[in-house]
Amino acid sequence: MWLTNSSVGRKLVMSISGIFLVLFLTFHMSMNLVAIISADAYNAVCGFLGSNWYAVAGTAVLVAGVLVHFVMAAVLTAQNKNARPVKYEVSSKTDVEWSSKNMFVLGLVIIGILCFHLIHFWAKMMLPELIGSEDMIKETAAIVAQSGLECKEVEATQNGAALIRFTFSQWWVCLIYLAWLCALWFHLTHGIWSALHTVGMNNKVWMSRIKCISMIFATIICLGFAAVVVFGYCSNL
Amino acid sequence: MDNTINITLKVWRQRGPKEPGKFETYELKNISTESSFLEMLDVLNEQLVQKHEEPVVFDHDCREGICGMCSLYINGQPHGKDAAVTTCQLHMRRFNDGDTITIEPWRSAGFPIIRDLMVDRTAFDKIMQAGGYVSVNTGGIPDANAIAIAKPIADEAMDAASCIGCGACVAACKNGSAMLFVSAKVSQLALLPQGKVEAAKRVKAMIAKMDELGFGNCTNTGACEAECPKSVSISNIARLNREYLCAKFKD
Repeated sequence: MWLTNSSVGRKLVMSISGIFLVLFLTFHMSMNLVAIISADAYNAVCGFLGSNWYAVAGTAVLVAGVLVHFVMAAVLTAQNKNARPVKYEVSSKTDVEWSSKNMFVLGLVIIGILCFHLIHFWAKMMLPELIGSEDMIKETAAIVAQSGLECKEVEATQNGAALIRFTFSQWWVCLIYLAWLCALWFHLTHGIWSALHTVGMNNKVWMSRIKCISMIFATIICLGFAAVVVFGYCSNL
Repeated sequence: MDNTINITLKVWRQRGPKEPGKFETYELKNISTESSFLEMLDVLNEQLVQKHEEPVVFDHDCREGICGMCSLYINGQPHGKDAAVTTCQLHMRRFNDGDTITIEPWRSAGFPIIRDLMVDRTAFDKIMQAGGYVSVNTGGIPDANAIAIAKPIADEAMDAASCIGCGACVAACKNGSAMLFVSAKVSQLALLPQGKVEAAKRVKAMIAKMDELGFGNCTNTGACEAECPKSVSISNIARLNREYLCAKFKD
């Protein structure tokens, strides 16, 4: 299979899975912005997704996307280390983008904090409904009650607005989320243009343009997410 | 201007491909800042010969930046800190009195060390043999403009063809990837009508050979372009990806 046996094939897998994850982030960020505008509207979105078959199928595809992106990154990193068995005495003085040299480490940070994020939301929303755990649903209901957010009657597991308010009431959680977004920003500033370059959509004229586009896009995504973190924190004040 | 400097060299010494190597330190006095880097190494070797020691082995040939023989990873950069020059075009005026200069061979699984600072770059020749040519007889020199080629395309092909195959791209890349070299060699032909006939076959064969020889995977850091003595652009790598993916999807 040339997608895994050739270097360009492996890079294509990284690129396509990466572009898919960027599209997901764009959707997730847009969805989150609704929480700033109206808690009821946000809960409606959460209710629409819930644990319906299309949301579960979407989640499965997403997990597959993350796994493919991560496993291929690990394979590529290992192969690239082997391509230089003896290291240089003096480390490289070549001036290159910092993020381009640290994509794997940034990816590890992003995946690590992603687990933290899943505990805060996914494990309180979709997971209890999927496994039908009464205890977990009660736990979520307790958090929702604690948040003190008044909105229309919805099931606790679909009250995303209350979970946002509760999660970001702790300042250190906010800081971890913001650090996460910084790592994501660095990852995306290199990742977006690099993905386009790998599928061949680049030339001398477009080089600076796609780098600029990827910088702007990464900034919009990260600022969008950060706005919800700050909003969640401020709504507790 | 007859300035001289005293320098300390840390040079990688290794007697053979299988032997263990180590750094040796040499003091050099009164090196003219007008001399080139390789002339400075000639001075070192003269001194070693006079002391009945083995001279340092390093690759060099034309000493005017066009043959691609000189290499050397100098203080963390292939071909030293000057942009767009080969080691032979680097001059001692770029160093200060009292500097310690660390000189290492290219480090890559694809470029095994032969001796000291000399590495075996026949991997590049093997990649060229896999498809870096046009196998039809194109006859004698055609009349000018008999085959119309747009100026921007001719320029891009010429820029790609300026690659001298020195291997600095591999040496600079944190992944030891040979993509800039291969992309230049694919592009110089893929852009022109004579090369288009075999373009799909060529790109598949050259990439397969590159992967087989132990070079790493490109991650678009751009270190290759920054260190290339001929400033070959990484936009060639985008073209290589495009050519390869199109060829594979057509199969």
